[in-house]
Order: sequence, then structure tokens, then C-alpha cells
Amino acid sequence: MSLALLALFVGFGLLIGVLFGFFGMGGSFLVTPALLVMGYPSRVAVGSGLAFVFGTSVIATLKHRDLGQVDYKLGVLMIAGTTAGIEVGKEIVLHLEELGMAGSIISVTYVVLLGGIGVFVTYEALKGGDDDDGGVDHDAADAEIDGDDIPDIARTIQSYRVPPMMTLRGGVQVSLWMILGVAFATGLLSGFLGVGGGFIRMPALFYLIGVPVPVAVGTDLFEIVFSGGLGSFLYAMDGGVDLSIVLPLLAGSALGARVGSAATSIVDEGEIKVYFGLMLLGGAVAVAVREIGNVYDIGVFDTVSLVLILGSALLVSGAVVYSSITALRSEAGSSSTIAD
Amino acid sequence: MIDPASLPPAAQAAALIGVVLLEAMVLYVGYGAAEQAIGDKLIERIKNT
Repeated sequence: MSLALLALFVGFGLLIGVLFGFFGMGGSFLVTPALLVMGYPSRVAVGSGLAFVFGTSVIATLKHRDLGQVDYKLGVLMIAGTTAGIEVGKEIVLHLEELGMAGSIISVTYVVLLGGIGVFVTYEALKGGDDDDGGVDHDAADAEIDGDDIPDIARTIQSYRVPPMMTLRGGVQVSLWMILGVAFATGLLSGFLGVGGGFIRMPALFYLIGVPVPVAVGTDLFEIVFSGGLGSFLYAMDGGVDLSIVLPLLAGSALGARVGSAATSIVDEGEIKVYFGLMLLGGAVAVAVREIGNVYDIGVFDTVSLVLILGSALLVSGAVVYSSITALRSEAGSSSTIAD
Repeated sequence: MIDPASLPPAAQAAALIGVVLLEAMVLYVGYGAAEQAIGDKLIERIKNT
């Protein structure tokens, strides 16, 4: 491997690490298309992407654990419900394949879902942006969450008090059956679309179950450790994991994940949601462009799609770092004013 | 010395994932130590520039 390629992988890993640590998603979504465009076979692109996601999620989960942002009980329940949902999602895909409709339905669902969640998250964040008082108190991860911070849908779901009731981080009380239902639904979409599902699970944990955003990110990452580990193991059995790709990517992302995870405790929660929404919108446009290219057999659309994905990732990770620096400087400015 | 190629596919796959896990743990500890050593100074520097 040339030094330039090594530097490229480390730099690319750094970029993805920031997003992964900050949002709890964005790994295979970015790595796999990039490796495909670089000419790696699909098996290696997907398998190495999953192994990379596994390694990065281990690091990011440990970091979020240090900040008290992982709810293990919720994570285990989510894994159980998601696994069942993925199986059902896969069966639906197989059935649609028999009917010859799988490709088009999956593509349209993917774009609509990615774009829909993107618009919803951005709209909600902008609507409630002024109410956020900035930052998240990680020293009080188990403190009661303010009722006004719980989204309306989550409040409705929490109101169905079907026993047994579970108490989650932030003092959130939800029925076990509601958690399993949400986990099953996100798993079904994940299995149907053939994606890791971080972009579905993270907002679902916040908007449907009502856990605080940093806990949603940390718990989502905890689940990705298991899904990424199992997926990469299965691909590795078929020779789909290339360590010369995974190891340098991981060296960069480990640093990026530290920066991204630390940024969640500095940057305003409303800003996290805006960035997340914009990144999903960028992804939706990129997938739509790629699908149009496939339908009309326009090869250059694949490259345009990759540039759109990488561009939005670069823009959003840059914005995360910039917002963190700005928040630190304004914090320093206000504390020196108080001292005066 | 065990030849990795002679191992069954599941053992080879587990070894590969083990290498990734080991690198992740080493990087977590290594970058963690670096953060402890220079993290506060770096944040102070960002605040004061």
C-alpha cells in the first residue's frame, strides 16, 4: 500500500470518526460507497466497512460510557427487538424479489425515509432551537429529564403504561412492550433497507422513547458494536474483510471518535439535531442521484453521488468541530466576564 | 507455530475480528493517555486563541 493511500485512509477515518462519535452513525453509509468507487469488490467493500464500523463503535461506545451516556438495559432490549425486526425485514425483501419489485421499492423507501427523517429532525430542531440552553450535563446523566424536553410522540408512547414498566437513564419511564415495539420497527426497516440503521435508531430512541439525545447516541453505538461485530464476522468467513483497509481507517477514526464524542458535551443539543438532519438530507439526495444513474445507466452519477455524500460529511464534521471551538471560546469569554 | 491458513474459516474470521478489536482497544487506551496528557492544555489553548 502506498503512503498516499495510507494517509487517505487515515484522513478519511478521522472524518468519519468525528461523525460517528457525534451522531452514533455514518460509518458504513460513507465507507462502503467510497471503497466501491475506489474499485474494491462489493464483498470487500461491505465486509471491510462493517469491520471498520465495529472497531469504531467499540471506541466510541467506551468514550460515551465514560460520559455516562450508555443505557445498557435499553441497549440489550433494543438488540432483542431489532434482531427480530431484521429477520422480518429480510423476509419482506425476499418476497418482493420473487415479485421482481424489490430494487425499486427499496430505493424509493430509502430516499423517502432518509429525506423524511432529515426534514423532520431539522424542522423540530429549528422550531425548538431557542428553547435549548446549550450543552448537556453529563455529570448528571441519571438526573430527571425536563418534561418539556420530551418530544410529543415520546410523551404519548410513555403514557401507555402497560406493565412491566422500565426506568431508563434520565428518569424516563416506558413500557417494556413499547421499547420492544420501537426496536422491532427500526429493525424491520434496517433489514428491509439492508443498512446498519443508526440513522433510524438514534432519532427513534429520542423521538419515540424520549431518552436524551446523548444517551440515544451512546446506546445506539452500544448496539452497533454487536450488529457490526456479527456482520463483519460473517463477511470475514467469506474473505470479505481486508485489514490493510480497516486498520488505517480505524487509526484515524479512533481519534475522530474522541473528538466527536467530546463535542456532544460542548455543542448545543439543538445544533446536534440540525447537523444530523442536514447530513441525512445530503445522504437522501446522494442516494436519489445514484438510483437515477442506475435506472438511466449514467455512470458519472455514481461519482456525483459519492462527492455529495463525502461533501456533506466533510461539511457537517467541519461544522461540529467549528461549533465546539466557538462554544469553548464563548464559554471562556463568559467566565472571564463573570470573573471581572 | 500455528499456520492461520490451516484454521477453519470461523476461526480465521474470529482472529481477524480479534485483531480489529485489539487495535480498537490499543487506540482507545493510547489516545486516552494522550488526551489526559495534553487534552486540558489543548482546550485552554483553543479558549485563549
